[in-house]
Amino acid sequence: MHLLTDRNLLWFAAALYLVGALLGLVSILRERRHSRAAMYVILAAGYTFQTVGLYVRGMAVGGCPLGNTFELVQFTAWSAATLYLVIGPAFRLSLLGFGTAALAAGLSLAALLHPTWDADLRSNVFGGNAWIEFHAALALFSYGVFGLLALVACMYWLRDYGLKNKRVGGAFALLPSIRDLDHMGQRLLATGVVLLAASLAVGSVWWLREPASVDLPKLLATLGVFAAYTLALGLRLRGSLVGRRLALACIALFAAALLSIAPVDASRNTSPACDAPAEAAPQ
Amino acid sequence: MSSPGPLFFHLGASHQSAPLALREKIALPPERAADLHARLAAAALPELALLNTCNRVEFYGVAATPADIAALEDAFCAVTGLAPADFTAVRAHNTGPAAIAHLAAVAAGLESQLLGENEIFGQVKDAYAAAQNAGRAGPVLNRVFQKAFQAAKHVRTHTAISEGQVSVANVAVELAFTIFGDLKTARVLLAGAGDIGEKTAKAFQSRGAGALTVSSRTPERALALAATLDATALPFEHFTRHLGDYDIIVCATAAPGAIVHASDIATARAKRRGTPLLLLDLALPRDIDAESAAQENVYLYNLDDLAKIAAQNLAAREAEVVRARALIAEKADAIWRQVVVRAK
Repeated sequence: MHLLTDRNLLWFAAALYLVGALLGLVSILRERRHSRAAMYVILAAGYTFQTVGLYVRGMAVGGCPLGNTFELVQFTAWSAATLYLVIGPAFRLSLLGFGTAALAAGLSLAALLHPTWDADLRSNVFGGNAWIEFHAALALFSYGVFGLLALVACMYWLRDYGLKNKRVGGAFALLPSIRDLDHMGQRLLATGVVLLAASLAVGSVWWLREPASVDLPKLLATLGVFAAYTLALGLRLRGSLVGRRLALACIALFAAALLSIAPVDASRNTSPACDAPAEAAPQ
Repeated sequence: MSSPGPLFFHLGASHQSAPLALREKIALPPERAADLHARLAAAALPELALLNTCNRVEFYGVAATPADIAALEDAFCAVTGLAPADFTAVRAHNTGPAAIAHLAAVAAGLESQLLGENEIFGQVKDAYAAAQNAGRAGPVLNRVFQKAFQAAKHVRTHTAISEGQVSVANVAVELAFTIFGDLKTARVLLAGAGDIGEKTAKAFQSRGAGALTVSSRTPERALALAATLDATALPFEHFTRHLGDYDIIVCATAAPGAIVHASDIATARAKRRGTPLLLLDLALPRDIDAESAAQENVYLYNLDDLAKIAAQNLAAREAEVVRARALIAEKADAIWRQVVVRAK
């Protein structure tokens, strides 16, 4: 039996993300900041395993591994980790590392612990169309951005709760300032909306050519997520949706975005199942 | 004392044992200190540093014999006009590692009236620099002071003895940091030209607050304080109309009732388009309608709230005292061993 199968690599990644999450949790419980460098290294190691795991899976299915719920959720976790590794050092928010580790661990483990999500290993789901593959990858990447946004929103909500209730010491002292969180949230919201808009623009070209290729639940779910995030961004820019309400909206929208993966995935039942074994090994 | 080595000592009095009236008497301004050193010319005190702050007068030095320390005590009483018995009643005196531990504890802020405060560290450094400049710091004092500074820094870094602010003005500034991150671009409006408002405004300025505006029901006082603080004055009749232009509003007037109502804050919020607003009500009776706190992105703190946070921070510092003292004792023993080895 080959040790370095895609699932084993993804298990290693999930374990490393979990180590990062536990490190952050212990630091919070001890009311101390964890080492950002240590967190970054742990996340980078997990990310490396996850990237290789998804690459092995991609080689096996002959394209970007976005063929079932397992792959979609793994790709979302990978996107969030990618974004943290790129922008995390610039924002210097140590708790964001903990949040990313927790999110990536949660999503990866959820995917790994649900065998049914990976029951159908579909190959060539995009029919060799690179644009559709790009559309799907971009959409999932925007979900990763929205995942980080949800983390920042959680931190914002906690900081706001602490300040409103006159609790600024202890673990609350580890949180970034309200303004920093607000700025970061706005940037992530705008980035996610732009990425999702680009993804939908690419997808719409194909859809206009072949309207029957996209079923209604997928269309409604995707457009619904996009419309909700765009509305949130518009209201934020107008100053109508701010502070705690915006934070709660971002958390709720990410939950909705994750739930929307199910109808999106279900719409691809027409794709042929892969003949490959349930576990793919490196070529 | 059983351990060999130089007779390194600490002698002095502080707020811990001497009441304010007595501390006023034993303070050593420069001319008195010069007089003291002149009187000590005959005593065998090859190394001597004087730490002279509002809360303590302490000597750290090396004596040839205990009699030389007694001579220092006599000279000190002579220049201050204090009866020797009165000084004996309040003085603290240690030698060897205990004296080193005391010095490190003082530098770490463990002996300060405001536990863990940072100012004392600079004052001890100044005392050491003065001894060096006067040629009164030799090999023992050099080693002991430098190592004591390291020990104090270690304690401040590895315990929570200096964490959190413990004065109302500094707690207010710390709160502003938790909301705005940095204060360079924060606009501060101070209503009231009294003492607490001025102290808070100065605390904001010392931590880098950008623009400060002062408004008072007495225009002359607002202008005078604005000039003192290098701030802008805002006529009080325009005060509520401009609330939305500021990030931090400090109210410390002697008005008999609220001068800022929830409706004023609602208007200000609309102007701010979601930018947070920190309201600091330092007045008694309160200047800001408590209902304002319910509004989104508005954070209202009154005197009690700030005092409670200060008390929590102080309690957290106090909880670290035992650990800090254990660290210092360990370091002091190590420093003393080095002093003894080098003296051989």
